[in-house]
Amino acid sequence: MSENPNNWPLWEVFIQSKRGLDHKHVGSLHAADAQMAIENARDVYTRRQEGNSIWVVPASAISASNHDDGGMLFDPADDKTYRHPTFYQMPEGAKYI
Amino acid sequence: MTDVKTLEDVFQAKVDAEQKIEPKDWMPDAYRKNLVRQISQHAHSEVVGMLPEGNWIGRAPSLRRKAILLAKVQDEAGHGLYLYSAVETLGTSREKTNDDLNSGKAKYSSIFNYPTLTWADIGAVGWLVDGAAIMNQVMLCRTSYGPYARAMVRICKEESFHQRQGYEIMGVLAKGTPEQREMAQDALNRWWWPSLMMFGPSDADSPHSAQSMKWKIKRQSNDELRQIFIDRTVQQAEVIGLTIPDPELKWNEETKHYDWGEIDWTEFNNVIAGNGPCNRERLAARNKAHSEGAWVRDAAMAYAAKKAKKKQAA
Amino acid sequence: MDQHQALLTYCLRRGDDNLILSHRLGEWCGHGPQLEEDIALTNRALDLIGQARNYLQYAAEVEGKGRTEDDLAFLRSERQFVNTMLVEQLNGDYAHTICRSFLYDAWHLPLQQALTKSADERIAAIAGKAVKEVSYHLRTSSEWMIRFGDGTEESHVRAQTALDALWTFTGDLFVQDDVDAILVKAGVVPDMAPIRSAFDKTVETVLAEATLERPVDGHMATGGRQGKHSEHLGYLLAEMQYLQRAHPGAQW
Ligand SMILES: [Fe+2]
Ligand SMILES: [Fe+2]
Ligand SMILES: [Fe+2]
Repeated sequence: MSENPNNWPLWEVFIQSKRGLDHKHVGSLHAADAQMAIENARDVYTRRQEGNSIWVVPASAISASNHDDGGMLFDPADDKTYRHPTFYQMPEGAKYI
Repeated sequence: MTDVKTLEDVFQAKVDAEQKIEPKDWMPDAYRKNLVRQISQHAHSEVVGMLPEGNWIGRAPSLRRKAILLAKVQDEAGHGLYLYSAVETLGTSREKTNDDLNSGKAKYSSIFNYPTLTWADIGAVGWLVDGAAIMNQVMLCRTSYGPYARAMVRICKEESFHQRQGYEIMGVLAKGTPEQREMAQDALNRWWWPSLMMFGPSDADSPHSAQSMKWKIKRQSNDELRQIFIDRTVQQAEVIGLTIPDPELKWNEETKHYDWGEIDWTEFNNVIAGNGPCNRERLAARNKAHSEGAWVRDAAMAYAAKKAKKKQAA
Repeated sequence: MDQHQALLTYCLRRGDDNLILSHRLGEWCGHGPQLEEDIALTNRALDLIGQARNYLQYAAEVEGKGRTEDDLAFLRSERQFVNTMLVEQLNGDYAHTICRSFLYDAWHLPLQQALTKSADERIAAIAGKAVKEVSYHLRTSSEWMIRFGDGTEESHVRAQTALDALWTFTGDLFVQDDVDAILVKAGVVPDMAPIRSAFDKTVETVLAEATLERPVDGHMATGGRQGKHSEHLGYLLAEMQYLQRAHPGAQW
């Protein structure tokens, strides 16, 4: 099954819903070029005031970690609770810390 | 062999623990196939479903209704798109999925092979067809495959006005002139049974159901969902004064559910087999859109390539 | 004609332009060349029907005879519709549809921009909202004109054919009569001369990038503003108005 080279490539879409928030992955779509991808993303993913800013990335440019490596990649962080502020006991009465 | 067994155990354990399966996770081949089949059928239903409703955009009887219907049918295009995207995460391209629809190989919900004959059908479709679809979709927000579940969450948010606008149309017609009232009742008569069929064969005869439940692709059985839909819809029909076309419909004090008549499965199978009133028209319309759009898609790619080349040269 | 009558007619013209084009674009819904594009085109139709409703609601108020936006949209007949002839033209292939929108947008944007400065507050407000929508319309229709013109050989021919066929309707966009004269004088609407030069400039820039040729200004078909249309409009209205006509007085 050979793909028609004239098929519009796949883009992943990230939308920032409000100033100051992260761009969040919302889905994907097809477009011939980046400009069209942004416009399609606007028409497809922001029809209900969801959008403030849009990023599009060619899906082929994304490398993903393997979920089954999850243990190796992410579990080692589990016992480093000293990275979290709640790890520390502050003396009673101390303010603004 | 033992290896696959272990992988499958790990997979099932994740599912049992209500962890979502993500695209790069190992998954049984049959799970992947099952998902590709189900999600693409679902996507096709959204896209083909645009046609019977699109049929009335030009004739919507007020500017408000015209805008609502346009927005509603457009939403369905969006739903198709989100779902095709979910299929792509399983390694099946939009083109392949689309080709399967256009060649008649893939299925879509049979309900869209019925014609929208009068304006009241737009009310009935929103109320009953979207209503039945929503039952399924709410369940699917908790489906085990991550990208499918996320698409469904988005879809459910958007669906919330679809059923309401249909019910509103029916309510206005039911209160309207005698002709309008008759139009509404006639639409309910024609769409009621096909909507019940949307939930699929009864559990006893449902070929994929047991496995889908084990994999938590489906979370509730066809019959369960159908019963909830009937209970809710009967009450809604009463409120607007329309009659459900089922002489056997009766409240059952014991079960706290409505008892109801028998679905004509020969009709259902006949429509699935391609002999519904509009099967050919629907496929022809999709094929026409695709083939007549080819030069448009080609032009955009050709231009993008030229521009990229120029940019490189600069 | 007094200023009141002129204002009513002007609002009907703006409402009808947007309504008829929106109706035409709605015909594509479910049949577009690509799902993404189907959605984009419907967004455009939705913007236009919103603008149509704003102008028709205002027209109904200005008229003050108890008619509603729906009465105006569904119960006026062919000769009472005062949209420009361009918008009622058939969709044709996608190049025709895009080209029709491009020519409309290239005129519509500078017009709505100018209307934001209208002495009539309501019109200024309607235009203020429309400008954002129409800016996006012009941007995307221009991009498609360029893609078609400079895309494949086939798309180039189709775009040029569409442009040649539709050019004759561009004259009607700029026709000015009593209605305009009265309202220009009152500062409610702009003179068409600067709109025309903005239109010319947009067309020149976009066509150059699209490697398309601007047709020569030959015979221009005009009459839309006086309710003298092409034969297409009657069929469009027959479809659009049928339910309201078949069930007089009914609610929907
Ligand atoms: Fe649907
Ligand atoms: Fe949907
Ligand atoms: Fe829906």
